[in-house]
Amino acid sequence: MAALNVKINGLKLKNPVMTASGTFGYGLEFADFVPLDGIGGIIVKGTTLHAREGNDYPRMAETASGMLNCVGLQNKGVNYFCEHIYPQIKDIDTNMIVNVSGSSPDDYAECAAHIDTLDHIPAIELNISCPNVKQGGMAFGVTCEGAASVVRAVRQKYHKTMIVKLSPNVTNIADIAKACEAEGADSVSLINTLLGMAIDVEKRKPILSISTGGLSGPAVKPVALRMVWQVAKAVKIPVVGMGGICNAIDAIEFMMAGATAIEIGVANFLDPTVTMKVRDGINDWLDKHGCKSVTEIIGALED
Amino acid sequence: MRFFCTFALSNLIVNNMKKFCLDLTVSAVDKINEKYVLIRLTDDQCLPDMMPGQFVEVRVDNSPSTFLRRPISINFVDREHNEMWLLVAAIGDGTRRLAQLKAGEKLNCMFPLGNGFTMPTAQNEKILLVGGGVGVAPLLYFGQQIKEKGGAPTFLLGARSAKDLLELDYFKKLGRVFVTTEDGSAGEKGFVTNHSILELEHFDQISVCGPKPMMVAVARYALKADIECEVSLENNMACGVGACLCCVENTTEGNVCVCKEGPVLNIKKLLWQL
Repeated sequence: MAALNVKINGLKLKNPVMTASGTFGYGLEFADFVPLDGIGGIIVKGTTLHAREGNDYPRMAETASGMLNCVGLQNKGVNYFCEHIYPQIKDIDTNMIVNVSGSSPDDYAECAAHIDTLDHIPAIELNISCPNVKQGGMAFGVTCEGAASVVRAVRQKYHKTMIVKLSPNVTNIADIAKACEAEGADSVSLINTLLGMAIDVEKRKPILSISTGGLSGPAVKPVALRMVWQVAKAVKIPVVGMGGICNAIDAIEFMMAGATAIEIGVANFLDPTVTMKVRDGINDWLDKHGCKSVTEIIGALED
Repeated sequence: MRFFCTFALSNLIVNNMKKFCLDLTVSAVDKINEKYVLIRLTDDQCLPDMMPGQFVEVRVDNSPSTFLRRPISINFVDREHNEMWLLVAAIGDGTRRLAQLKAGEKLNCMFPLGNGFTMPTAQNEKILLVGGGVGVAPLLYFGQQIKEKGGAPTFLLGARSAKDLLELDYFKKLGRVFVTTEDGSAGEKGFVTNHSILELEHFDQISVCGPKPMMVAVARYALKADIECEVSLENNMACGVGACLCCVENTTEGNVCVCKEGPVLNIKKLLWQL
Protein backbone atom coordinates (compact mmCIF):
# COMPACT_ATOMS: atom_id res chain seq x y z
CA MET A 1 0.00 0.00 0.00
CA ALA A 2 1.69 3.19 -1.21
CA ALA A 3 1.03 6.59 0.33
CA LEU A 4 -1.53 8.35 -1.84
CA ASN A 5 -1.77 11.69 -0.05
CA VAL A 6 -0.72 14.83 -1.91
CA LYS A 7 -0.81 18.54 -1.16
CA ILE A 8 -2.01 21.46 -3.23
CA ASN A 9 -0.34 24.31 -1.41
CA GLY A 10 -1.93 24.05 2.05
CA LEU A 11 -4.72 21.78 0.91
CA LYS A 12 -4.23 18.15 1.95
CA LEU A 13 -5.77 15.47 -0.24
CA LYS A 14 -6.00 11.89 1.01
CA ASN A 15 -5.45 10.83 -2.59
CA PRO A 16 -4.98 12.69 -5.87
CA VAL A 17 -8.38 11.75 -7.34
CA MET A 18 -10.98 14.53 -7.46
CA THR A 19 -14.20 14.99 -9.39
CA ALA A 20 -14.58 17.75 -11.96
CA SER A 21 -17.13 20.51 -11.54
CA GLY A 22 -20.42 19.94 -13.31
CA THR A 23 -19.98 16.19 -13.59
CA PHE A 24 -20.59 15.13 -10.00
CA GLY A 25 -23.31 17.54 -8.82
CA TYR A 26 -22.78 18.25 -5.12
CA GLY A 27 -21.50 14.73 -4.52
CA LEU A 28 -24.82 13.67 -3.00
CA GLU A 29 -26.14 12.57 -6.39
CA PHE A 30 -23.50 9.82 -6.42
CA ALA A 31 -23.66 8.84 -2.74
CA ASP A 32 -25.59 5.62 -3.47
CA PHE A 33 -22.87 4.42 -5.82
CA VAL A 34 -19.57 5.44 -4.30
CA PRO A 35 -18.21 6.24 -0.82
CA LEU A 36 -17.72 10.00 -1.09
CA ASP A 37 -15.11 10.04 1.67
CA GLY A 38 -12.90 7.82 -0.47
CA ILE A 39 -12.47 10.60 -3.02
CA GLY A 40 -9.60 13.09 -2.62
CA GLY A 41 -11.77 16.10 -3.37
CA ILE A 42 -15.18 16.90 -4.79
CA ILE A 43 -15.45 20.05 -6.87
CA VAL A 44 -19.08 21.03 -6.85
CA LYS A 45 -21.14 22.64 -9.56
CA GLY A 46 -20.19 26.15 -10.75
CA THR A 47 -21.58 28.76 -8.38
CA THR A 48 -22.19 32.43 -9.16
CA LEU A 49 -23.09 35.47 -7.07
CA HIS A 50 -26.65 35.52 -8.42
CA ALA A 51 -28.88 32.65 -9.56
CA ARG A 52 -28.59 31.63 -13.21
CA GLU A 53 -31.09 29.63 -15.27
CA GLY A 54 -28.41 28.50 -17.72
CA ASN A 55 -28.95 28.03 -21.43
CA ASP A 56 -32.00 26.57 -23.14
CA TYR A 57 -32.36 22.88 -23.92
CA PRO A 58 -30.77 21.13 -25.87
CA ARG A 59 -27.60 21.42 -23.86
CA MET A 60 -25.84 18.21 -24.78
CA ALA A 61 -24.63 16.38 -27.86
CA GLU A 62 -22.88 13.03 -27.84
CA THR A 63 -19.75 12.92 -29.98
CA ALA A 64 -17.06 10.40 -30.85
CA SER A 65 -15.52 9.43 -27.49
CA GLY A 66 -16.93 12.47 -25.78
CA MET A 67 -19.75 14.92 -25.40
CA LEU A 68 -20.49 18.59 -25.92
CA ASN A 69 -22.36 20.60 -23.32
CA CYS A 70 -23.64 24.14 -23.11
CA VAL A 71 -25.28 24.06 -19.68
CA GLY A 72 -24.25 27.66 -19.03
CA LEU A 73 -23.63 27.65 -15.26
CA GLN A 74 -27.19 26.93 -14.11
CA ASN A 75 -27.19 27.37 -10.33
CA LYS A 76 -29.24 29.02 -7.61
CA GLY A 77 -26.59 31.52 -6.55
CA VAL A 78 -24.10 31.62 -3.72
CA ASN A 79 -26.59 32.57 -0.99
CA TYR A 80 -28.74 29.56 -1.80
CA PHE A 81 -25.61 27.42 -1.79
CA CYS A 82 -24.56 28.69 1.64
CA GLU A 83 -28.01 28.30 3.19
CA HIS A 84 -29.35 25.14 1.61
CA ILE A 85 -26.60 23.07 0.05
CA TYR A 86 -23.63 23.69 2.33
CA PRO A 87 -25.41 22.20 5.39
CA GLN A 88 -25.98 18.99 3.43
CA ILE A 89 -22.39 18.58 2.27
CA LYS A 90 -20.26 20.14 5.01
CA ASP A 91 -19.79 16.90 6.92
CA ILE A 92 -18.71 14.79 3.97
CA ASP A 93 -15.23 13.67 4.98
CA THR A 94 -13.30 14.95 1.99
CA ASN A 95 -12.32 18.30 0.49
CA MET A 96 -15.53 19.91 -0.71
CA ILE A 97 -14.34 22.56 -3.16
CA VAL A 98 -16.61 25.14 -4.74
CA ASN A 99 -16.19 26.13 -8.37
CA VAL A 100 -16.77 29.88 -8.57
CA SER A 101 -17.72 31.85 -11.66
CA GLY A 102 -18.81 35.39 -12.46
CA SER A 103 -19.29 38.05 -15.08
CA SER A 104 -16.84 40.62 -13.67
CA PRO A 105 -13.80 40.48 -11.35
CA ASP A 106 -15.91 42.03 -8.58
CA ASP A 107 -18.59 39.37 -9.09
CA TYR A 108 -16.04 36.61 -8.69
CA ALA A 109 -14.55 38.26 -5.64
CA GLU A 110 -17.88 38.79 -3.91
CA CYS A 111 -18.95 35.21 -4.56
CA ALA A 112 -15.60 33.93 -3.29
CA ALA A 113 -15.91 36.10 -0.17
CA HIS A 114 -19.16 34.30 0.72
CA ILE A 115 -17.48 30.93 0.28
CA ASP A 116 -14.53 32.12 2.40
CA THR A 117 -16.83 32.23 5.42
CA LEU A 118 -17.71 28.52 5.19
CA ASP A 119 -15.51 26.53 7.57
CA HIS A 120 -15.82 23.23 5.75
CA ILE A 121 -14.96 24.53 2.28
CA PRO A 122 -11.14 24.55 2.23
CA ALA A 123 -10.67 25.74 -1.35
CA ILE A 124 -12.25 27.22 -4.43
CA GLU A 125 -11.71 26.53 -8.08
CA LEU A 126 -11.96 29.78 -9.98
CA ASN A 127 -13.65 29.14 -13.32
CA ILE A 128 -12.25 31.61 -15.84
CA SER A 129 -12.84 29.17 -18.65
CA CYS A 130 -16.54 28.37 -19.08
CA PRO A 131 -17.16 28.49 -22.85
CA ASN A 132 -20.94 28.64 -22.50
CA VAL A 133 -21.73 32.04 -21.04
CA LYS A 134 -21.90 35.34 -22.88
CA GLN A 135 -20.37 37.53 -20.21
CA GLY A 136 -17.33 36.56 -18.20
CA GLY A 137 -16.42 32.90 -18.09
CA MET A 138 -13.97 32.10 -20.83
CA ALA A 139 -13.61 35.77 -21.78
CA PHE A 140 -11.34 36.21 -18.75
CA GLY A 141 -9.43 33.03 -19.31
CA VAL A 142 -8.22 33.71 -22.84
CA THR A 143 -5.96 36.68 -22.09
CA CYS A 144 -3.23 37.07 -19.49
CA GLU A 145 -4.67 40.45 -18.46
CA GLY A 146 -8.20 39.05 -18.06
CA ALA A 147 -7.01 36.07 -16.02
CA ALA A 148 -4.83 38.29 -13.86
CA SER A 149 -7.67 40.75 -13.19
CA VAL A 150 -9.93 38.03 -11.80
CA VAL A 151 -7.25 36.31 -9.73
CA ARG A 152 -6.14 39.67 -8.31
CA ALA A 153 -9.68 40.66 -7.31
CA VAL A 154 -10.44 37.29 -5.71
CA ARG A 155 -7.09 37.08 -3.92
CA GLN A 156 -7.98 40.22 -1.96
CA LYS A 157 -11.22 38.66 -0.67
CA TYR A 158 -10.40 34.95 -0.47
CA HIS A 159 -7.85 33.59 1.98
CA LYS A 160 -7.85 29.83 1.52
CA THR A 161 -6.57 27.68 -1.32
CA MET A 162 -7.39 29.14 -4.74
CA ILE A 163 -7.15 26.89 -7.76
CA VAL A 164 -7.67 28.62 -11.12
CA LYS A 165 -9.27 26.54 -13.85
CA LEU A 166 -7.79 27.34 -17.25
CA SER A 167 -9.27 27.34 -20.71
CA PRO A 168 -7.63 25.31 -23.48
CA ASN A 169 -9.09 27.69 -26.07
CA VAL A 170 -5.97 29.86 -26.12
CA THR A 171 -2.75 30.22 -28.07
CA ASN A 172 -0.39 29.70 -25.14
CA ILE A 173 -1.88 28.24 -21.99
CA ALA A 174 1.43 28.38 -20.11
CA ASP A 175 1.44 32.19 -20.34
CA ILE A 176 -2.05 32.33 -18.81
CA ALA A 177 -0.95 29.97 -16.03
CA LYS A 178 2.05 32.19 -15.27
CA ALA A 179 -0.19 35.26 -15.13
CA CYS A 180 -2.39 33.50 -12.53
CA GLU A 181 0.63 32.39 -10.53
CA ALA A 182 1.99 35.94 -10.49
CA GLU A 183 -1.27 37.22 -8.97
CA GLY A 184 -1.19 34.71 -6.13
CA ALA A 185 -3.08 31.66 -7.37
CA ASP A 186 -2.19 28.61 -5.28
CA SER A 187 -2.72 26.18 -8.12
CA VAL A 188 -4.03 25.91 -11.65
CA SER A 189 -6.34 23.19 -12.95
CA LEU A 190 -6.68 22.30 -16.61
CA ILE A 191 -8.23 21.78 -19.02
CA ASN A 192 -11.77 23.08 -19.09
CA THR A 193 -13.71 22.01 -22.18
CA LEU A 194 -12.65 22.69 -25.76
CA LEU A 195 -15.06 24.82 -27.75
CA GLY A 196 -16.85 22.64 -30.28
CA MET A 197 -20.01 22.16 -32.32
CA ALA A 198 -22.34 19.48 -33.67
CA ILE A 199 -24.92 19.80 -36.44
CA ASP A 200 -28.23 18.03 -37.12
CA VAL A 201 -27.98 17.63 -40.88
CA GLU A 202 -31.69 16.89 -41.37
CA LYS A 203 -32.69 20.14 -39.70
CA ARG A 204 -29.59 21.98 -40.99
CA LYS A 205 -29.20 23.41 -37.53
CA PRO A 206 -26.70 23.19 -34.69
CA ILE A 207 -27.77 20.57 -32.15
CA LEU A 208 -26.96 22.80 -29.14
CA SER A 209 -29.27 25.69 -28.26
CA ILE A 210 -26.45 28.25 -28.37
CA SER A 211 -24.81 26.57 -31.39
CA THR A 212 -21.50 25.81 -29.69
CA GLY A 213 -20.52 23.98 -26.53
CA GLY A 214 -17.61 22.55 -24.59
CA LEU A 215 -16.13 19.20 -25.60
CA SER A 216 -15.02 16.78 -22.90
CA GLY A 217 -14.29 13.09 -22.60
CA PRO A 218 -11.52 10.79 -23.83
CA ALA A 219 -11.54 12.67 -27.16
CA VAL A 220 -9.75 15.61 -25.52
CA LYS A 221 -7.25 13.65 -23.43
CA PRO A 222 -4.16 13.98 -25.62
CA VAL A 223 -4.70 17.73 -25.93
CA ALA A 224 -5.20 18.05 -22.18
CA LEU A 225 -2.12 15.99 -21.41
CA ARG A 226 0.04 18.13 -23.68
CA MET A 227 -1.23 21.30 -22.00
CA VAL A 228 -0.69 19.95 -18.47
CA TRP A 229 2.87 19.06 -19.47
CA GLN A 230 3.49 22.56 -20.86
CA VAL A 231 1.97 24.32 -17.85
CA ALA A 232 3.74 22.15 -15.28
CA LYS A 233 7.07 23.10 -16.81
CA ALA A 234 6.17 26.80 -16.78
CA VAL A 235 4.91 27.32 -13.20
CA LYS A 236 6.09 26.46 -9.70
CA ILE A 237 2.62 26.08 -8.17
CA PRO A 238 0.93 22.66 -8.20
CA VAL A 239 -1.04 21.72 -11.30
CA VAL A 240 -4.31 19.78 -11.28
CA GLY A 241 -4.79 17.81 -14.49
CA MET A 242 -8.00 16.78 -16.16
CA GLY A 243 -9.45 15.96 -19.56
CA GLY A 244 -10.92 12.59 -20.45
CA ILE A 245 -9.40 10.61 -17.58
CA CYS A 246 -11.20 7.24 -17.45
CA ASN A 247 -8.79 4.92 -15.65
CA ALA A 248 -5.69 4.74 -13.46
CA ILE A 249 -3.26 4.72 -16.39
CA ASP A 250 -4.82 7.93 -17.75
CA ALA A 251 -4.41 9.48 -14.29
CA ILE A 252 -0.78 8.34 -14.01
CA GLU A 253 -0.07 9.86 -17.44
CA PHE A 254 -1.29 13.24 -16.19
CA MET A 255 0.74 12.94 -13.01
CA MET A 256 3.90 12.01 -14.89
CA ALA A 257 3.26 15.03 -17.10
CA GLY A 258 3.43 17.13 -13.94
CA ALA A 259 -0.01 17.07 -12.30
CA THR A 260 -0.08 16.84 -8.49
CA ALA A 261 -3.72 15.76 -8.54
CA ILE A 262 -6.29 14.94 -11.19
CA GLU A 263 -10.00 15.47 -11.77
CA ILE A 264 -12.39 12.99 -13.31
CA GLY A 265 -15.29 14.36 -15.33
CA VAL A 266 -17.47 12.65 -17.90
CA ALA A 267 -16.16 9.22 -16.87
CA ASN A 268 -18.39 9.55 -13.78
CA PHE A 269 -21.38 9.26 -16.13
CA LEU A 270 -20.07 6.08 -17.72
CA ASP A 271 -19.14 4.44 -14.41
CA PRO A 272 -20.31 6.15 -11.22
CA THR A 273 -17.67 4.24 -9.25
CA VAL A 274 -14.77 5.22 -11.51
CA THR A 275 -13.12 7.44 -8.87
CA MET A 276 -12.54 4.47 -6.57
CA LYS A 277 -11.25 2.34 -9.44
CA VAL A 278 -8.78 5.06 -10.43
CA ARG A 279 -7.64 5.52 -6.82
CA ASP A 280 -7.13 1.79 -6.32
CA GLY A 281 -5.54 1.41 -9.74
CA ILE A 282 -2.98 4.11 -8.97
CA ASN A 283 -2.15 2.31 -5.73
CA ASP A 284 -1.74 -1.03 -7.51
CA TRP A 285 0.53 0.53 -10.11
CA LEU A 286 2.67 2.16 -7.42
CA ASP A 287 2.96 -1.12 -5.50
CA LYS A 288 3.89 -3.00 -8.64
CA HIS A 289 6.59 -0.49 -9.46
CA GLY A 290 8.02 -0.30 -5.96
CA CYS A 291 6.94 3.28 -5.31
CA LYS A 292 6.35 4.19 -1.67
CA SER A 293 4.38 7.35 -2.45
CA VAL A 294 2.34 8.74 -5.30
CA THR A 295 4.45 11.89 -5.11
CA GLU A 296 7.26 9.89 -6.73
CA ILE A 297 5.46 9.93 -10.06
CA ILE A 298 4.56 13.63 -10.17
CA GLY A 299 6.48 15.10 -13.11
CA ALA A 300 8.47 11.89 -13.31
CA LEU A 301 8.89 11.88 -17.07
CA GLU A 302 12.35 10.74 -18.05
CA ASP A 303 14.38 12.83 -20.46
CA MET B 1 -30.24 -4.33 2.05
CA ARG B 2 -31.06 -6.05 -1.16
CA PHE B 3 -30.95 -9.59 0.10
CA PHE B 4 -34.60 -9.98 0.91
CA CYS B 5 -37.30 -9.76 -1.71
CA THR B 6 -39.64 -6.94 -0.84
CA PHE B 7 -42.89 -6.97 -2.71
CA ALA B 8 -44.22 -3.87 -1.07
CA LEU B 9 -43.83 -0.79 -3.19
CA SER B 10 -44.06 2.49 -1.41
CA ASN B 11 -45.57 5.31 -3.32
CA LEU B 12 -44.32 7.80 -0.77
CA ILE B 13 -40.60 7.56 -1.26
CA VAL B 14 -40.08 9.23 -4.59
CA ASN B 15 -36.56 10.49 -5.04
CA ASN B 16 -35.02 8.72 -2.09
CA MET B 17 -35.07 5.17 -3.39
CA LYS B 18 -31.63 3.68 -3.24
CA LYS B 19 -29.93 3.51 -6.61
CA PHE B 20 -27.62 0.75 -7.76
CA CYS B 21 -25.06 0.16 -10.46
CA LEU B 22 -25.11 -3.56 -11.19
CA ASP B 23 -23.95 -6.00 -13.80
CA LEU B 24 -27.26 -7.74 -14.44
CA THR B 25 -27.45 -11.01 -16.34
CA VAL B 26 -29.46 -11.26 -19.53
CA SER B 27 -31.89 -14.12 -18.99
CA ALA B 28 -33.49 -13.80 -22.43
CA VAL B 29 -33.85 -11.47 -25.38
CA ASP B 30 -37.23 -11.92 -27.04
CA LYS B 31 -37.31 -10.62 -30.59
CA ILE B 32 -40.72 -9.05 -31.10
CA ASN B 33 -40.14 -8.11 -34.73
CA GLU B 34 -37.47 -6.48 -36.91
CA LYS B 35 -37.49 -3.34 -34.81
CA TYR B 36 -38.24 -4.27 -31.21
CA VAL B 37 -36.78 -6.60 -28.61
CA LEU B 38 -37.71 -7.38 -25.04
CA ILE B 39 -34.59 -7.77 -22.89
CA ARG B 40 -35.16 -9.68 -19.67
CA LEU B 41 -32.55 -9.16 -16.96
CA THR B 42 -31.95 -10.94 -13.70
CA ASP B 43 -29.48 -11.06 -10.84
CA ASP B 44 -28.27 -13.54 -8.24
CA GLN B 45 -29.72 -11.30 -5.56
CA CYS B 46 -33.22 -9.96 -5.36
CA LEU B 47 -33.64 -6.99 -7.70
CA PRO B 48 -34.08 -3.68 -5.86
CA ASP B 49 -37.36 -1.86 -5.35
CA MET B 50 -38.45 0.07 -8.44
CA MET B 51 -41.40 2.28 -9.20
CA PRO B 52 -43.39 2.41 -12.43
CA GLY B 53 -42.11 5.21 -14.64
CA GLN B 54 -38.55 5.00 -13.36
CA PHE B 55 -35.77 4.17 -15.80
CA VAL B 56 -32.40 2.50 -16.19
CA GLU B 57 -29.19 4.01 -17.58
CA VAL B 58 -27.73 1.14 -19.56
CA ARG B 59 -24.07 0.98 -20.52
CA VAL B 60 -23.66 -0.20 -24.09
CA ASP B 61 -20.43 -2.13 -24.58
CA ASN B 62 -18.92 -2.96 -27.96
CA SER B 63 -20.57 -0.06 -29.75
CA PRO B 64 -17.78 2.42 -30.54
CA SER B 65 -20.12 5.22 -31.55
CA THR B 66 -22.11 4.94 -28.30
CA PHE B 67 -20.29 6.96 -25.69
CA LEU B 68 -22.94 7.69 -23.07
CA ARG B 69 -25.30 5.32 -21.32
CA ARG B 70 -28.77 4.93 -22.79
CA PRO B 71 -31.83 5.74 -20.65
CA ILE B 72 -34.47 3.02 -21.01
CA SER B 73 -37.82 2.77 -19.22
CA ILE B 74 -38.48 -0.07 -16.84
CA ASN B 75 -41.04 -2.08 -18.79
CA PHE B 76 -41.95 -4.58 -16.13
CA VAL B 77 -40.69 -6.11 -12.88
CA ASP B 78 -41.43 -9.80 -12.63
CA ARG B 79 -40.85 -10.53 -8.93
CA GLU B 80 -41.73 -14.18 -9.32
CA HIS B 81 -38.82 -14.76 -11.70
CA ASN B 82 -36.68 -11.91 -10.29
CA GLU B 83 -36.61 -10.22 -13.68
CA MET B 84 -36.61 -6.65 -14.93
CA TRP B 85 -37.78 -6.12 -18.49
CA LEU B 86 -36.57 -3.50 -20.91
CA LEU B 87 -38.47 -2.92 -24.16
CA VAL B 88 -36.03 -1.59 -26.73
CA ALA B 89 -36.53 -0.15 -30.21
CA ALA B 90 -33.37 -0.73 -32.23
CA ILE B 91 -32.96 2.70 -33.76
CA GLY B 92 -29.33 3.75 -33.42
CA ASP B 93 -26.04 1.87 -33.09
CA GLY B 94 -26.35 1.61 -29.32
CA THR B 95 -29.86 0.19 -29.24
CA ARG B 96 -29.04 -2.14 -32.15
CA ARG B 97 -26.15 -3.52 -30.10
CA LEU B 98 -28.54 -4.00 -27.15
CA ALA B 99 -30.88 -5.92 -29.44
CA GLN B 100 -28.02 -8.32 -30.20
CA LEU B 101 -27.46 -9.27 -26.56
CA LYS B 102 -27.53 -12.98 -25.82
CA ALA B 103 -28.74 -14.87 -22.78
CA GLY B 104 -25.99 -15.13 -20.20
CA GLU B 105 -24.28 -11.85 -21.17
CA LYS B 106 -23.98 -9.06 -18.63
CA LEU B 107 -25.55 -5.62 -18.94
CA ASN B 108 -24.36 -2.85 -16.63
CA CYS B 109 -27.36 -0.93 -15.32
CA MET B 110 -27.69 2.19 -13.14
CA PHE B 111 -31.15 2.06 -11.63
CA PRO B 112 -33.80 2.80 -10.58
CA LEU B 113 -33.57 6.43 -11.68
CA GLY B 114 -36.11 9.27 -11.77
CA ASN B 115 -39.39 9.81 -9.98
CA GLY B 116 -42.04 7.55 -11.52
CA PHE B 117 -45.77 7.89 -12.19
CA THR B 118 -48.34 9.03 -9.63
CA MET B 119 -50.27 6.11 -8.18
CA PRO B 120 -54.02 6.70 -7.99
CA THR B 121 -54.99 7.50 -4.41
CA ALA B 122 -58.35 5.71 -4.45
CA GLN B 123 -59.23 2.33 -5.93
CA ASN B 124 -62.24 3.72 -7.74
CA GLU B 125 -60.24 6.48 -9.41
CA LYS B 126 -60.50 6.07 -13.17
CA ILE B 127 -57.06 6.19 -14.65
CA LEU B 128 -56.19 6.15 -18.35
CA LEU B 129 -52.69 5.13 -19.39
CA VAL B 130 -51.84 6.43 -22.85
CA GLY B 131 -48.84 5.09 -24.73
CA GLY B 132 -47.39 5.63 -28.19
CA GLY B 133 -44.96 3.31 -29.97
CA VAL B 134 -42.23 2.05 -27.67
CA GLY B 135 -43.50 4.60 -25.13
CA VAL B 136 -45.98 1.98 -23.99
CA ALA B 137 -43.09 0.33 -22.10
CA PRO B 138 -43.44 1.86 -18.60
CA LEU B 139 -47.25 1.57 -18.70
CA LEU B 140 -47.13 -2.22 -18.39
CA TYR B 141 -45.46 -2.10 -14.98
CA PHE B 142 -47.62 0.88 -13.99
CA GLY B 143 -50.80 -0.94 -14.97
CA GLN B 144 -49.74 -4.05 -13.09
CA GLN B 145 -49.04 -2.03 -9.95
CA ILE B 146 -52.41 -0.27 -10.19
CA LYS B 147 -54.16 -3.60 -10.59
CA GLU B 148 -52.22 -5.16 -7.71
CA LYS B 149 -53.49 -2.37 -5.47
CA GLY B 150 -57.09 -3.06 -6.48
CA GLY B 151 -57.46 -0.45 -9.20
CA ALA B 152 -58.61 -0.97 -12.78
CA PRO B 153 -56.34 0.69 -15.36
CA THR B 154 -57.57 1.46 -18.86
CA PHE B 155 -55.00 1.52 -21.65
CA LEU B 156 -55.13 3.60 -24.82
CA LEU B 157 -52.24 2.54 -27.03
CA GLY B 158 -51.31 4.14 -30.33
CA ALA B 159 -48.86 3.12 -33.04
CA ARG B 160 -48.04 3.70 -36.71
CA SER B 161 -49.42 0.30 -37.68
CA ALA B 162 -50.36 -3.06 -36.19
CA LYS B 163 -46.77 -4.32 -36.15
CA ASP B 164 -45.73 -1.41 -33.91
CA LEU B 165 -48.27 -2.31 -31.22
CA LEU B 166 -46.26 -3.91 -28.47
CA GLU B 167 -47.10 -6.32 -25.66
CA LEU B 168 -50.86 -6.15 -26.34
CA ASP B 169 -51.42 -9.55 -24.79
CA TYR B 170 -49.76 -8.49 -21.56
CA PHE B 171 -51.76 -5.26 -21.42
CA LYS B 172 -55.02 -7.14 -21.95
CA LYS B 173 -54.35 -9.18 -18.80
CA LEU B 174 -54.26 -6.00 -16.74
CA GLY B 175 -57.27 -4.04 -17.93
CA ARG B 176 -59.31 -2.74 -20.85
CA VAL B 177 -57.20 -1.93 -23.92
CA PHE B 178 -58.14 0.50 -26.69
CA VAL B 179 -55.98 0.86 -29.76
CA THR B 180 -55.38 3.33 -32.57
CA THR B 181 -53.09 3.01 -35.58
CA GLU B 182 -52.22 5.72 -38.05
CA ASP B 183 -52.82 3.39 -41.02
CA GLY B 184 -55.91 1.75 -39.55
CA SER B 185 -54.33 -1.73 -39.55
CA ALA B 186 -55.52 -2.26 -35.97
CA GLY B 187 -58.07 -0.56 -33.72
CA GLU B 188 -59.45 2.82 -34.67
CA LYS B 189 -57.67 4.70 -37.42
CA GLY B 190 -55.91 7.89 -36.38
CA PHE B 191 -54.10 9.21 -33.32
CA VAL B 192 -54.85 8.34 -29.71
CA THR B 193 -56.56 11.70 -29.24
CA ASN B 194 -59.09 10.72 -31.95
CA HIS B 195 -60.21 7.58 -30.14
CA SER B 196 -63.91 7.40 -29.32
CA ILE B 197 -63.28 6.29 -25.74
CA LEU B 198 -62.29 9.86 -24.91
CA GLU B 199 -65.80 10.99 -25.95
CA LEU B 200 -67.61 8.16 -24.23
CA GLU B 201 -65.99 8.06 -20.83
CA HIS B 202 -64.59 10.41 -18.23
CA PHE B 203 -61.25 9.73 -16.55
CA ASP B 204 -59.86 11.24 -13.35
CA GLN B 205 -56.20 10.93 -14.31
CA ILE B 206 -54.25 10.42 -17.52
CA SER B 207 -50.62 9.27 -17.59
CA VAL B 208 -48.84 9.44 -20.91
CA CYS B 209 -45.62 8.16 -22.42
CA GLY B 210 -44.77 8.43 -26.09
CA PRO B 211 -43.48 10.76 -28.80
CA LYS B 212 -43.63 14.43 -27.85
CA PRO B 213 -46.27 15.47 -30.45
CA MET B 214 -48.55 12.76 -29.05
CA MET B 215 -47.95 13.84 -25.47
CA VAL B 216 -48.65 17.46 -26.41
CA ALA B 217 -51.94 16.43 -28.05
CA VAL B 218 -53.03 14.39 -25.03
CA ALA B 219 -51.98 17.17 -22.66
CA ARG B 220 -54.06 19.64 -24.69
CA TYR B 221 -57.07 17.32 -24.46
CA ALA B 222 -56.60 16.79 -20.72
CA LEU B 223 -56.26 20.49 -20.02
CA LYS B 224 -59.45 21.25 -21.95
CA ALA B 225 -61.34 18.43 -20.25
CA ASP B 226 -59.92 19.45 -16.85
CA ILE B 227 -58.32 16.07 -16.18
CA GLU B 228 -55.17 15.56 -14.11
CA CYS B 229 -52.44 14.66 -16.57
CA GLU B 230 -48.79 13.71 -16.34
CA VAL B 231 -46.33 12.96 -19.11
CA SER B 232 -43.07 11.01 -19.18
CA LEU B 233 -40.39 13.06 -20.92
CA GLU B 234 -37.37 11.72 -22.77
CA ASN B 235 -35.05 14.71 -23.03
CA ASN B 236 -31.51 13.90 -24.11
CA MET B 237 -29.58 12.82 -21.02
CA ALA B 238 -26.02 12.35 -19.92
CA CYS B 239 -25.54 11.54 -16.21
CA GLY B 240 -29.04 10.24 -15.33
CA VAL B 241 -28.79 11.38 -11.69
CA GLY B 242 -29.26 15.16 -11.74
CA ALA B 243 -25.58 16.06 -11.73
CA CYS B 244 -24.83 17.46 -15.18
CA LEU B 245 -27.98 19.51 -15.80
CA CYS B 246 -28.06 18.60 -19.50
CA CYS B 247 -31.57 17.13 -19.80
CA VAL B 248 -33.46 20.10 -18.36
CA GLU B 249 -37.07 20.96 -19.10
CA ASN B 250 -38.19 24.51 -18.57
CA THR B 251 -41.04 24.54 -16.05
CA THR B 252 -42.97 26.88 -13.80
CA GLU B 253 -40.15 26.25 -11.31
CA GLY B 254 -37.36 27.00 -13.79
CA ASN B 255 -35.15 24.44 -15.48
CA VAL B 256 -35.47 21.05 -13.82
CA CYS B 257 -33.59 17.83 -14.55
CA VAL B 258 -35.81 15.34 -16.37
CA CYS B 259 -33.58 12.53 -15.09
CA LYS B 260 -34.09 13.44 -11.44
CA GLU B 261 -37.21 15.60 -10.97
CA GLY B 262 -38.78 13.68 -13.88
CA PRO B 263 -39.10 11.88 -16.15
CA VAL B 264 -42.75 12.16 -15.12
CA LEU B 265 -44.03 15.72 -14.82
CA ASN B 266 -47.53 17.09 -14.35
CA ILE B 267 -48.57 19.12 -17.39
CA LYS B 268 -49.42 22.06 -15.11
CA LYS B 269 -45.70 22.39 -14.37
CA LEU B 270 -44.72 22.46 -18.05
CA LEU B 271 -44.44 25.55 -20.20
CA TRP B 272 -45.73 23.79 -23.33
CA GLN B 273 -48.03 25.83 -25.59
CA LEU B 274 -51.23 23.91 -24.83
